[in-house]
Amino acid sequence: MSGLRANLLVWLALLVLLGATTGGAYLPIGRFNIALALTIAAIKAALVLIVFMRLWEGPRLARVFAVAGFFWLGILLWLAGGDYLTRHGFPPG
Amino acid sequence: MLALTGVVVAGFSSILTGLNFIVTIHRMRAPGLGWYRLPIFVWSLYSTSVILVLATPVLAITLMLVALERIVGIGIFDPKLGGDPLLFQHLFWFYSHPAVYIMILPGMGVVSELIPCFARKSLFGYHFVAWCSVAIAGLGFLVWGHHMFVSGQSMSAGLVFSFLSFAVAVPSAIKVFNWTATLHKGWIRFDAPMLYALAFIGFTIGGLTGLFLAALAIDVHVTDTYFVIGHFHYIMVGGMVTAYFGGLHFWWAKITGRHYPEYLARAAAILIFFGFNLTFFPHFVLGYLGMPRRYASYPPEFQVWNVLSTAGSTILALAYLMPLVYLVWSLFFGRRAEANPWGATGLEWQTSSPPPTHNFAETPVVRRGPYVYSGPEPVPQTVADA
Amino acid sequence: MPRSVEASAIQFVTLAQQREAATLGIWVFLATEVLFFGGMILGYAVYRWSYPEAFAAAGRHTAIVLGTANTAVLLTSSLTMALAVAAAEARRRRLLVLLLLATAALGCAFLGIKAAEYLKDWHEHLVPALNFTFEPRLAGPAELFFLIYFATTGLHAIHLTIGIVVMLVLAARSRHDRYLGPRSTTVEIAGLYWHFVDIVWIFLFPLLYLGGRSG
Repeated sequence: MSGLRANLLVWLALLVLLGATTGGAYLPIGRFNIALALTIAAIKAALVLIVFMRLWEGPRLARVFAVAGFFWLGILLWLAGGDYLTRHGFPPG
Repeated sequence: MLALTGVVVAGFSSILTGLNFIVTIHRMRAPGLGWYRLPIFVWSLYSTSVILVLATPVLAITLMLVALERIVGIGIFDPKLGGDPLLFQHLFWFYSHPAVYIMILPGMGVVSELIPCFARKSLFGYHFVAWCSVAIAGLGFLVWGHHMFVSGQSMSAGLVFSFLSFAVAVPSAIKVFNWTATLHKGWIRFDAPMLYALAFIGFTIGGLTGLFLAALAIDVHVTDTYFVIGHFHYIMVGGMVTAYFGGLHFWWAKITGRHYPEYLARAAAILIFFGFNLTFFPHFVLGYLGMPRRYASYPPEFQVWNVLSTAGSTILALAYLMPLVYLVWSLFFGRRAEANPWGATGLEWQTSSPPPTHNFAETPVVRRGPYVYSGPEPVPQTVADA
Repeated sequence: MPRSVEASAIQFVTLAQQREAATLGIWVFLATEVLFFGGMILGYAVYRWSYPEAFAAAGRHTAIVLGTANTAVLLTSSLTMALAVAAAEARRRRLLVLLLLATAALGCAFLGIKAAEYLKDWHEHLVPALNFTFEPRLAGPAELFFLIYFATTGLHAIHLTIGIVVMLVLAARSRHDRYLGPRSTTVEIAGLYWHFVDIVWIFLFPLLYLGGRSG
């Protein structure tokens, strides 16, 4: 059966990364905790996308729309987030 | 709560519609029908579908959060409960500003079909018009904050949104210039669909006033006044409804297999144009003078403009009733239509009116672009080069 | 299943075209799902940024052991799903059914652990509106955290439930080589959905469970 080895390796990598993210959350590095956690999450998601979902083997258009989903989410977070970061008097009180 | 459920259900139907269009346009084109041989109407529907697919889910989740907030009484959006109403506005307008492009883009596509056909000329700058639809869809996602200039969002965010709003005017303007250039030195026929198409170009005034509103300083002056009402109706009614009527008349013979009465239709088109302008142009003046929206009463100095607007709306109402009557009449008594009454080049005109169940008895092979008009004689898309 | 293995649905010319259309369709759908969950992510980000202390304190009250175990369960289910697709393509029907059932079982295990977690939250008075007590100074925003926690994990659980039903239906309908070889697209598409639900959890886990652990 094709890809058995790759799938097993990715599964192991995912479990190792899960351990790393849970362990990393207890490191006293302040605001870098969330950065570390999200970086690991992004790597895990990329592994699932590329190996389990075979994004790179499928049609190119699939990649376009996969990227578009995250890109548009980025627009939402960027422009709405920009408002919160520069607004005075928020949060109230 | 029932209304929220309704909107969520309608939202999912929008998402699935968009999905269907995208997959169909990508994967199920006729042989030879490359991207640059697609009618502009298809390009505009593709752009619309991208918006449907990427914007609507945000509205769905927002409404679910509203429902959740009301059920449990914990503030997400409601300031009385400690929530942030601007968060709702961000999420809402992330959908609802692109939604106005969902409404207008198909109209722009229809007009791009009508003008080459009735000017008997190929569309000027096809590639630009095609990609401008896509650009409008993309840029339309970056401008939602211009609905929130006076809502209390940060000044920096307001400036960014104001700047980006100007950017979206560029592709829209390119389209208008291309339509005008298509008319230049054409063999123009003033049939009813063309009258609507020309009216649509006239309603560019709606787009121009959009630039006023995108400018932060002016917007603060005219926010929540009749100026906004005028702008919105010029785009939605003057723009989209006009394009809708143009398209309906253009394809009526194809859809039903019957002709509508041409002279009545032209009269209705002209009446709609006058009635519409008389109704909504005074709103710009009223808004600039400071008449707020959402009030039934107003000071006496606004009387003249309001009377004009009311008179216009009466004309408009009568003009709208006319197609309702004569189109229904034509369903039963209209002259039978041939396959291609307008001498148009598009694929749909090469099958019978109305088309058979599977559209074409034999899958057509496309050999050229959609608007090959050289003088009065069209060259259909399936005809090979000599 | 009288139709031949190579035939496509009526609106397609070839099976390959049908396959391409179906794959593109599911990817577009998943893009909409990203934005669907994205609205909640924005809400979470805004309030975490506004109330860092309360969100850290509330995050410490989530069940990290159960949450981590659950993540492992879900990641494993993605493995069995990926193998199921490979089995369908390799025309190994018994293996396919076995792996589909394993995927569904792991999904059920996830929901079971999740239910145990919800029960634990109830006993610790962490269910907003119904049964919530917290350090009074931070109670308001903390309750909001748990509202977002229940909303996002609940929505994820609904998606997962749909996935489990799909797996069971596919397993039940796997007779007659229906999904094997060139017709494995159905399994592949179900798999793409399953993996996506997994990805959602990959992001929810650090956001909901790991905040405030080092403080």
